[in-house]
Amino acid sequence: MIVRLLTEGQYEVSEDLQARLNELDDRAVAAIDREDEPELDAQLEEMWRLVQAEGERLPDEDLRTSDVVIPPADLTLAETRELFSEEGLIPDLPSGQAA
Amino acid sequence: MAGLTQRASTVVKAKLSKLIGRMEDPAEQLDYSYEEQLKLLQNVKRGIADVVTSKKRLQLQTSKLEQELVKLEDQARQALAAGREDLARQALERKTSAQQQLRSLDEQITQLEAQQEKLISSERQLNAKIEAFRSQKEVIKAQYSAAEAQVRIGEAASGIGEQMADTGLAIQRAREKTEEMQARASAVDELIAAGTLEDFTSDQSQLDRELSQISTSQEVDAELARLKGEIGTGGGEQKQLEQ
Repeated sequence: MIVRLLTEGQYEVSEDLQARLNELDDRAVAAIDREDEPELDAQLEEMWRLVQAEGERLPDEDLRTSDVVIPPADLTLAETRELFSEEGLIPDLPSGQAA
Repeated sequence: MAGLTQRASTVVKAKLSKLIGRMEDPAEQLDYSYEEQLKLLQNVKRGIADVVTSKKRLQLQTSKLEQELVKLEDQARQALAAGREDLARQALERKTSAQQQLRSLDEQITQLEAQQEKLISSERQLNAKIEAFRSQKEVIKAQYSAAEAQVRIGEAASGIGEQMADTGLAIQRAREKTEEMQARASAVDELIAAGTLEDFTSDQSQLDRELSQISTSQEVDAELARLKGEIGTGGGEQKQLEQ
């Protein structure tokens, strides 16, 4: 599975790691529901740490799409929510017509 | 609710399909995106340069404050020598508060430095990504004109779109951080301009005046003693008075 650490890059991760990431992901979602920002940050940081430690960094030239995207841990709760709205955090990809 | 990471991935892909939907000439689109990324990166670089300038300003204020500390210490000593403990106390109070300001200024500078280093390293990372994007887009453009079919772009364009979303967010965050640092640097600047720190130099007048009065009267006393000595009677009178 390919994981993207958003703003950093892509990693190839094993199935075993994927399972652990899923668990952390569930906890992160629960933290968002409880508006528990420190807990959300902790889960995201742990996901980043695991992926960086055990995943295999793919070169930036790799053109494959990622299966999942992990947001940065330094986002605020509001920003993380915003990330999920389509007009949200990620800037629109520059479009020729907008120029 | 789907997993956080799945949703993040969905959003990134949604951004991409929006883009592909708009693509009339993908080659042109990719070139344009590349130019945009370069422009954004330039902004980040300029931001870092501004932060460095602000930091230098703060460092200059620090050295002014340090000189002020020396001056206040001298004044306290001078006041004590003249037997004016009240003035010495005033000078030392100012010195203490100047020292506190200096400590907080030093702390701010250290924080700015740490953030600046982070920004510089993420700027380098972005540079590498944009460079990778440049070569990716050339590959895709070649595939496109060879196959002359938008469908062919498929997977590769998805990958590049994801990369663009990633770089876009990274640049945006780098800019935010740069702005934050600049705001912090100018806040301290404003504080200094508003006179919070400048107090020690401009509001010095009262202390300065009193100290200069002391030295004036000390000089007068010395002159008086000299004159009395010349006349040769002063000493005798003095003795008589003391008895």
